[in-house]
Amino acid sequence: MMKRFLTLLVALMLAGPVLAQGGPLRLTITDGVIEPITFAVPSFEAESPAAQQAASDISRLVVQDLAGTGLFREVPATAFISQVSSFVQPVAFADWRAINAQALVVGAVNVSGDRLTVKFRLYDVFSGQELGQGLQFAGTTAGWRRMGHKVADAVYSRITGEGGYFDSRVVFVSESGPKDNRQKRLAIMDFDGANVQFLTDSSSIVLAPRFSPNGDRVLYTSFESGFPRINVLNVANVGRQQLQTAPGEMAFSPRFSRDGRQVIYSLSNGGNTDIYRTDLATGQHIRLTSAPSIETAPSLSPDGSQIVFESDRSGNQQLYIMSANGGEARRISFGEGRYGTPVWSPRGDLVAFTKQNAGRFHIGVMRIDGSEERLLTSSFLDEGPTWSPNGRVIMFSRETQGAGGTSSMYSVDISGRNLKAVPLQGGASDPSWGPLQP
Amino acid sequence: MTLFKKAAVLALVLATGACTNPDRFGGGAGGADGGMSAGMAGSASDPTSPLFFNQTIGDRVLFAVDTSTITPEGRTILDGQAQWLLTNADYRAVIEGHADEQGTREYNLALGQRRANAVREYLVSRGVPVGRLQVTSFGKERPIAVCSEESCYAQNRRAVTVLSFSAVTS
Repeated sequence: MMKRFLTLLVALMLAGPVLAQGGPLRLTITDGVIEPITFAVPSFEAESPAAQQAASDISRLVVQDLAGTGLFREVPATAFISQVSSFVQPVAFADWRAINAQALVVGAVNVSGDRLTVKFRLYDVFSGQELGQGLQFAGTTAGWRRMGHKVADAVYSRITGEGGYFDSRVVFVSESGPKDNRQKRLAIMDFDGANVQFLTDSSSIVLAPRFSPNGDRVLYTSFESGFPRINVLNVANVGRQQLQTAPGEMAFSPRFSRDGRQVIYSLSNGGNTDIYRTDLATGQHIRLTSAPSIETAPSLSPDGSQIVFESDRSGNQQLYIMSANGGEARRISFGEGRYGTPVWSPRGDLVAFTKQNAGRFHIGVMRIDGSEERLLTSSFLDEGPTWSPNGRVIMFSRETQGAGGTSSMYSVDISGRNLKAVPLQGGASDPSWGPLQP
Repeated sequence: MTLFKKAAVLALVLATGACTNPDRFGGGAGGADGGMSAGMAGSASDPTSPLFFNQTIGDRVLFAVDTSTITPEGRTILDGQAQWLLTNADYRAVIEGHADEQGTREYNLALGQRRANAVREYLVSRGVPVGRLQVTSFGKERPIAVCSEESCYAQNRRAVTVLSFSAVTS
């Protein structure tokens, strides 16, 4: 079985470049290897002296975001023939064709007080056309990174035809200290590891946070009372309160419903763990599973009608899908080893999971009928995938082996390419990727 | 970094060295920090002391990979725990279930609960009133031995009976 997946992966890797040559500037993201689109971002024009730093920083961030996807390759400024000194001047397409830049992004930044505006245009160099229209974003100088991410999202989206994921945040568990006395705090960061803010202190263990669909709240498991309990935290004011779950000895593994009004979670009583749902407004509880086995790690389909979860009812951890109202479940994982932490993709077509087999851990994806299983990573301990808002990238935790083992977060494309660590100070685990910000 | 390594090594020595209970009185690895303070521990030779419970009887039982079945060795220890709890009726206990790192976080929480509950059920079957026993689970969050080998995993797959002194009301 394992061998077949590997063969499949190799076949995909050999499939060769997919690039529409000569046609309009368009990149179709497939599971195969993609020849990156080459792009140039001349430093954005500063419309006032006060905007100089921001103009330079924002254009660098746009480059970093786009190049970081592995789908785009920067043509460095040292290769430029023509300089773009003004946002409005006509583009000398021949100069950009000559250095083989397929896409050109020009922009301008204005700063007035603490107010910052960014405008940009995207050009398809080889057809000599503007792709989409000029667009302007406004924000604060302190929030300059968000403006850069928004430009990059727009460029990504116009070229791929898919939503971006740069102007998004990730809630996670920040870790410090040795393995047998690890200190854990809830923290939030931009998707690229910038702007880390702590949401809790490390006085008690916190685990597995999950964003609400619009990113305003976070659910997580807390050991404040010595017993696992679910807290709801308001991101804006960091106020938190305990979720009134159905009566039970332990409550954990919480996730919001797609409308943010209900919480599905695991409740343990007398050694048995089942999945429940609680309505936040009415406090009404519904039990969704009632097997004597462990049922946990629920994840709702994008339309909210189904739940994928893990259960060891067959003897070890496997993935199952049932109606969001409970009832009969069908098993979808049949490969070797154990499968846990299923997470339904935002597009609805895939489930990401953690697979444990032959002493290794993998992050993988499969279709919702269990077919086309693909393992994206392999290590001593990978776990807990979370999807980028556009369903193209998965972030997860990776723990290293041994007494000095530490945890970091990584991201990988669903093609298995572009594996990289999220740059952070200190340990980190349990990422939950929030939505694109408005 | 050096300091960190030293701490890890020290913890390892403590954990593998004496089969004592570094997470009980050290205040470090216990997690729930039980309810037991060092001052209440008494002497290990005094059969009514918590220290006797922790060290002479044994406060923990170990489990095989991904199971919650009480082993024959575990039964002997739990028979002793039950006897002690029946004799020393002013103590309650929280049974903490734990798992090794070879599993996903949330599953391991549930697995730890299953282990703690297996201990509770055994103690209750030996006559300990259920109202004196609570269960919780730390999953893989509080390993006592930190190496990534079976020798450490075996110690981490445990359920620890943590005593607390309180006049029992029912």
